[in-house]
Amino acid sequence: MKTYDKNMAISSLGTNSLSSPQKIGLTIGYLGLFIVLLAAFNPSFPFKTIWLSIALLSLFIGIIWYSRASYLPKLAGIKNDGVWFNAISSKGWAGWLAGIAITSFYIVLYFYPQYLGLNANGSNTGIIGLFDPLSRLLSGNPASQWFVYGTLYTVAILAFGVKFILKYRHNRYEIIRTISVMFFQTAFAFLIPEIMARLNSTLPYYDLKNMWPLNYYNFERYRINSFIEAGDIGLVMLFFGVLSVFVISPILTFKYGKRWYCSWVCGCGGLAETAGDAFRQLSDKKLSAWKVERWVVHSVVVFVTLMTTAVIYSYLGNDTSKYWLTKNMFLIGVTLVLSLVFFGVMLFKRNEFKKDAKYGAIGYFVIIISLIGLHYFSGDGNVFLFKSETLRKSYGFLIGSIFSGVIGTGFYPIFGNRVWCRFGCPMAAILGFQQRLFSRFRITTNGGQCISCGNCSTYCEMGIDVRAYAQKGENIVRSSCVGCGICSAVCPRGVLKLENGPLKGRIDSNDILLGNDVDLMKLVDKN
Amino acid sequence: MQNIVIIGNGIAGVTVARHIRKNSNDRIIIISAETDHFFSRTALMYVYMGHMKFEHIKPYEDWFWKKNRIELVRGYVSEIRPKEKELLIEDARIIKFNKLVLATGSKPNKFGWPGQDLFGVQGLYSKQDLDLLEVNAPNKEVCKRAVIVGGGLIGIELAEMLRSRNIAVTFLVREQNFWDGVLPEGEAKMINEHILDHHIDLRLATNLVEIIGSENGRVKAVKTDKGDIIDCDFVGLTAGVTPNITFLNNSGLDLGKGIKVNKYLETNLEDIYAIGDCAEQLEPEENRRAVEAVWYTGRMMGETLAQTLCGNKTAYKPGNWFNSAKFLDIEYQTYGWVNSLRNRKEYELHFHWRHLTEKICITLAYHHSTKKFLGINTFGIRMRHKVFDRWLNEERDLEYVVSHLRDANFDPEFYRQYEPEIIAKFNSELNAQISLKKKQWNRIF
Repeated sequence: MKTYDKNMAISSLGTNSLSSPQKIGLTIGYLGLFIVLLAAFNPSFPFKTIWLSIALLSLFIGIIWYSRASYLPKLAGIKNDGVWFNAISSKGWAGWLAGIAITSFYIVLYFYPQYLGLNANGSNTGIIGLFDPLSRLLSGNPASQWFVYGTLYTVAILAFGVKFILKYRHNRYEIIRTISVMFFQTAFAFLIPEIMARLNSTLPYYDLKNMWPLNYYNFERYRINSFIEAGDIGLVMLFFGVLSVFVISPILTFKYGKRWYCSWVCGCGGLAETAGDAFRQLSDKKLSAWKVERWVVHSVVVFVTLMTTAVIYSYLGNDTSKYWLTKNMFLIGVTLVLSLVFFGVMLFKRNEFKKDAKYGAIGYFVIIISLIGLHYFSGDGNVFLFKSETLRKSYGFLIGSIFSGVIGTGFYPIFGNRVWCRFGCPMAAILGFQQRLFSRFRITTNGGQCISCGNCSTYCEMGIDVRAYAQKGENIVRSSCVGCGICSAVCPRGVLKLENGPLKGRIDSNDILLGNDVDLMKLVDKN
Repeated sequence: MQNIVIIGNGIAGVTVARHIRKNSNDRIIIISAETDHFFSRTALMYVYMGHMKFEHIKPYEDWFWKKNRIELVRGYVSEIRPKEKELLIEDARIIKFNKLVLATGSKPNKFGWPGQDLFGVQGLYSKQDLDLLEVNAPNKEVCKRAVIVGGGLIGIELAEMLRSRNIAVTFLVREQNFWDGVLPEGEAKMINEHILDHHIDLRLATNLVEIIGSENGRVKAVKTDKGDIIDCDFVGLTAGVTPNITFLNNSGLDLGKGIKVNKYLETNLEDIYAIGDCAEQLEPEENRRAVEAVWYTGRMMGETLAQTLCGNKTAYKPGNWFNSAKFLDIEYQTYGWVNSLRNRKEYELHFHWRHLTEKICITLAYHHSTKKFLGINTFGIRMRHKVFDRWLNEERDLEYVVSHLRDANFDPEFYRQYEPEIIAKFNSELNAQISLKKKQWNRIF
């Protein structure tokens, strides 16, 4: 009898072959991509507007055509057949190829925009030149590399958003959530800032849904100056920026968990949930990965806090008669806020921390406060040992460019679609801290119904071992959970439900699961 | 410190080991012939379908066992010697025990069909069965048509698996409707429709007569009692499972269908216990079967026996019956008892609601005179285990349950809710005038 080697058989597994409509969709999509790539070789397109329209429309139509051909012939339901046999979604050759291509694109985008055709002194050429007509239409200015990136980003979220909706067309939570990220990307990240630039040229580019510390540059000197120069509207926007960090976000996170931002509003989340959906199963679920995650992401929070403090400090004055907020006032304010958070949490929530979390918190708190104190008492010009400009530049390079862009998106096909959100995003860490300790949100585990199958853990993009909780009958209350709802969707036994419920009993753990002898459950759980 | 040896690393064996470790320092050894590490048997289907790799269906990382001082031995136990308190692995290696837990699980039923041992004929239970399936039916070129015999949970799962690789499937079901020995008629019929929607050639009220082989010993076709000959390259035998106990035949253990155990999961021999699929209760709880091959009961027996082994002698007393499954795209949950036409009690009445267009339905069973709520089956609507468990304990009546259904709804947020339609039908059919209560957190938790 002939035996078939598993790996050899993979190429002929039924799920991998493409139907004719799928091939048509792919052809249209690649045609659009080809036009954009062709532009990089600098041909002088005669009708740029037409070619750009064809390119963007082909991308859009191709992706949607392909998705319709993939999902509509099948009944509504979970569509994960063959995910681990497919070379793109299982770290196969196609995944690595895509990873290298996207990573290279980001490196060129961030560090060598001239290769994309950016020309500061003349008219743009290449890909950026191709996008000039659209940019002029929206803001009146020629395109920049960021405009090209923003446009492609929006097209990706919209087209792959439609794909996601078709894939999960039986699931209204997923449909509504995806429409939300598509809307916020198109309106808030793409259109409104361009239109605002047209109406008021002094206003800085401001994506209103972006909050500090995700937009770590929001309180830098040049931005503050342009907010102030723009008059009332600028001051309102500045005020909104502060308000969203200290008031709006805490209220929404308390009521709905951090998902209101991470998987409903955020642009990074939007791309991860749509274009990145095919890679969600690649996130590392090992306990060791979780340990690394906690240290790295919280270190980024400390870094961004120090950096922002130093930057604001650097441009404040010493004279109270000129402006109420002076260098010293500001440092005292920062110290007060941080101490309040630290001591408040240590006093009321210390039982919810593991040992290493406590050590980490104390360590970082001591470092920040002693740096501030060191400076305050010495009167040195550089707060935190380094020049604020050095801090700002290294943060922008290491975190802003390398981590969030190059690694965060370029490595989608290797480490999963939420690498940045999980390991790097300081905003996610702050919201997560609040979600863990002060929020009504949790994923409820349905009594004793779990069969430990592992679909939830496998398809968790944040690398949470959901099953580890579900099989213990324990609710999932994890700071990293972005509330995408896929664990609940893929669960074959209806075990998981994302909900905002009462605080009492939110964090629970049962040794003996529901369904067993009532007396035994009481006896064991009491101990 | 005693030496506790567990045969079988499925959910029952692993649960008892974990709970012993929580409560004691005893030496724990788990022996398995199947795999090095525990995996979720119910998830094997997802490996074939490409939803997960085998490593994903292992609920604990490999370091877990060493860290918790649970020793793993890979080998087939060929014999146990209760008097000497030892067992023999592959007729060679001897392992001593103070306490022995048998959690050996099941094996697929074979009812003596002609040709049942041909190449290309197999059941689906173990990791080895999955590996064999990868050989027998890797794709639609090697396996042009598969025939599945036996309309139960494993049968429909195997059909779904094969369809995920576009293999044509004929599904022979002995009953009039799919799984109607367990499901009430309306539900069984809805699943029939869903099976057909998935392009599975469903043949109801059809029995296998013979599996026909080719000259080289491979399956070539099957013959049914309707006189049909169906050409095929693969036959899946999924007509239930039976306890895996043949190696115990001469052990002195009291064996029936399974290993006979009392309320404390003790066998007739001292210091030997049996749990999970392989255990046969001498006095099963009311309504329950003596052998229950279900994930949850295996786990609960493990939780219970660990108490006994750690000095807190505890009887196995499962609470309210619950179960769940997924039939292709339709999720099924049950709480309490809703019986099929065949098993319906004389006092048991049903209220059934089905969505006009979607494959969504529920059935509530109640007592005809006292109107006490007995159980619920739901298809396409998730329900809260905790709430139904409480209602069953509190012996709520039918009207209370129907009017408070919103408290029990466990569907994801923003899902359409059907309680108003259910209530409307309930009121008109049972001449009642109940109204829907709003969901209230303080009633749920």
